[in-house]
Amino acid sequence: MLASDVLVAQNVGFAIIAAIMVIGALRVVTTKNVVHAALWLVVVLAGAAAQYILLAAEFLAVTQVMVYIGAVMVLFLFGTMLTRAQIGAEKNLNNKNAIIGLPIAVLLLATMLIALNDGFKAEKLPADTPLVTTQQVSDQIFGIYLLPFWALSFVLLAAAIGAIVLARRD
Amino acid sequence: MLLNQFLMLGAVLFCIGVYGVIVRKNAVLVLMSIELILNSVNINLLAFSLRNGSPDGHTFALYVIAVAAAEVGVGLAMVLLMYRNRRSVGLDDLSEMKG
Repeated sequence: MLASDVLVAQNVGFAIIAAIMVIGALRVVTTKNVVHAALWLVVVLAGAAAQYILLAAEFLAVTQVMVYIGAVMVLFLFGTMLTRAQIGAEKNLNNKNAIIGLPIAVLLLATMLIALNDGFKAEKLPADTPLVTTQQVSDQIFGIYLLPFWALSFVLLAAAIGAIVLARRD
Repeated sequence: MLLNQFLMLGAVLFCIGVYGVIVRKNAVLVLMSIELILNSVNINLLAFSLRNGSPDGHTFALYVIAVAAAEVGVGLAMVLLMYRNRRSVGLDDLSEMKG
């Protein structure tokens, strides 16, 4: 592969966003401050939305911004606010047996990277196929995937009612 | 763009999320790590959707986002209940099952 093949605008954009996402994700799992973890998670989620745009999924990107950054993050910050008195740094955010976490994660990552490298060595994403339009996605949701869509509506309803019942003070 | 660059980004985020789930004690931080895992899966789904030129991956990714939203709602309600009952959100404190 030539250097001129690699250094196209999409790849440079991908590399920058991916680096930001990985740093943000590492900060989410290592920071000592719960509010900072939530804010770093915003960085990762926004980066994921940017990657969706690179993958030609603009509807998913907008959904990601609205649902994750708009709603889920507010829930997380509320949860943080309601479950602790202090907002600053804390000492014991980690488990007693946190030492096994690193080897497990590294082994899992090594396995996955080796498998991916074997499976899709230098396979390129097609640049000329017609892109998936939002209309096609909606045709799928209200067509062959209609039954899962209904099931999902009930899941959301049950989750909303369940959350109200659990969190209610009576 | 290579297919593998997106899949590897997904794998890295997935493993960071798994690390967070294992290492963290605070229940809110465990939920955040689960969000990382779900996002990495979404990146994979969309990468394969672009590779195959099929809208299936978009549909599944939308469903994953909806299920993740429901999961966060219920999960945080449970964390709130836990805090109300025992004034702590440490998962190590939930040790009634230990003999």
